[in-house]
Amino acid sequence: MKEIKALLQKDLTLEWRQRYALNGMLLYLVSTIFVAYMSFKLKIDSLEPITWNTLFWIILLFAAVNSITKSFTQERAGRLLYYYTLASPQSIILSKIIYNTGLMLVLGWLGYGLYALFMGHPVQDPLLYFTAVGLGGIGFSATLTLVAGIASKADNTATLMAVLSFPIILPMLTLLIRLSKVALDGLGWAAAQDEIITILGIDLLVIALSYLLFPYLWKS
Amino acid sequence: MNMRSFWWKIVTMVLLMYTVVAGLYGEVPRQPILNETIRNVYFHVPLWFGMMILMIASLVYSIQYLRKGDEKSDIYALAFAQVAMIFGILGFITGAIWGNFTWGDPLPKDPKIIAVEVGLLIYSAYFVLRSSFEDEQKKARLSAIYNIFAFASFMPLVWILPRLTDSLHPGNGGNPAFGKYDMDNAMRMVFYPAILAWTLLGVWITSLKIRIAEIEQQLIEKNDF
Repeated sequence: MKEIKALLQKDLTLEWRQRYALNGMLLYLVSTIFVAYMSFKLKIDSLEPITWNTLFWIILLFAAVNSITKSFTQERAGRLLYYYTLASPQSIILSKIIYNTGLMLVLGWLGYGLYALFMGHPVQDPLLYFTAVGLGGIGFSATLTLVAGIASKADNTATLMAVLSFPIILPMLTLLIRLSKVALDGLGWAAAQDEIITILGIDLLVIALSYLLFPYLWKS
Repeated sequence: MNMRSFWWKIVTMVLLMYTVVAGLYGEVPRQPILNETIRNVYFHVPLWFGMMILMIASLVYSIQYLRKGDEKSDIYALAFAQVAMIFGILGFITGAIWGNFTWGDPLPKDPKIIAVEVGLLIYSAYFVLRSSFEDEQKKARLSAIYNIFAFASFMPLVWILPRLTDSLHPGNGGNPAFGKYDMDNAMRMVFYPAILAWTLLGVWITSLKIRIAEIEQQLIEKNDF
């Protein structure tokens, strides 16, 4: 527990000093949302709610993949080796997942606000949509952190990250789009119960697997 | 080759022959829409069963590799995954042919078809991952990790998601499963042996691939020293 706290603190300090991931990713979000705004909103003012929804999740997915890829390549190999001697692999992966979750929650919610500002806001149940974005943040970071760890071991990290993570994230993404569709139509929480439980189940499964598998990743 | 490892290949051949002959000549119930295409149940469905079993075998060997770290498990896991992929493609094609006649469209919008397309993508990613490492041990370990992780995220796609939505496939979204109405006892007499036959065929192909891989390994080692 103490280890995880210290590692989290280290990640946060690093982030604060460089402001690399957060600023870079915010800019990334703003520019993609603006591109979407220019190409959809300015040309044809009528955007179907389904298109609105899907576009938002695709933007968020790319932001997530891009920011989480950095979690193991940001620091030099020598420094990583140093951490390995200090901390157990379990606390490293958990701290990374928690840190990425925080990052994704901030990015997701900010992105949602920005997106609503530029692209209009056809959501009937904002609180449920907000929850869906939060669940998405947890799910993305839980799934992508281990994949980032695998991809960071290869030379072509960026390509490999996309190839490895997209098929794995698809079940999660389908569920999230369906959940946010419920929020879009304002069908209420009862209609979304199945999706929320399934997403939480997948999250738990993925976190447990990351916890179990990361020590093996560590050795190489 | 001794007889002990030989007999099941004869069983495979006999069962496959039986599947093809009894599957194409046997009596089948005439269902509306399905008609004679119900015979595809001896080919399409067992191919999926076979794929699942081969994927589970691949998973087991990946876990084995992480626990023991022996090269053999990695070769096994790879071979099983490759044959599972072939079975997946074959199941996909037989399904598309079947869908063309019964649903009027080879690739209708259906959660199970999407699940399978994603599954094929996942295993393609596994092969891409393998080819991007030079170091044998690193390759084996990382791909084993990915194999386990991918399998775990593939399963909810196949088993949970189709049940949340409507599917054209039997047994999902309120559609009754085949066993209840469509298949009579005569069909079961072919269906269950067919599953066994296709799975055994998969294991047979896999064992050949494993032997080729091992011989290649030995040749490489011989040249090194």
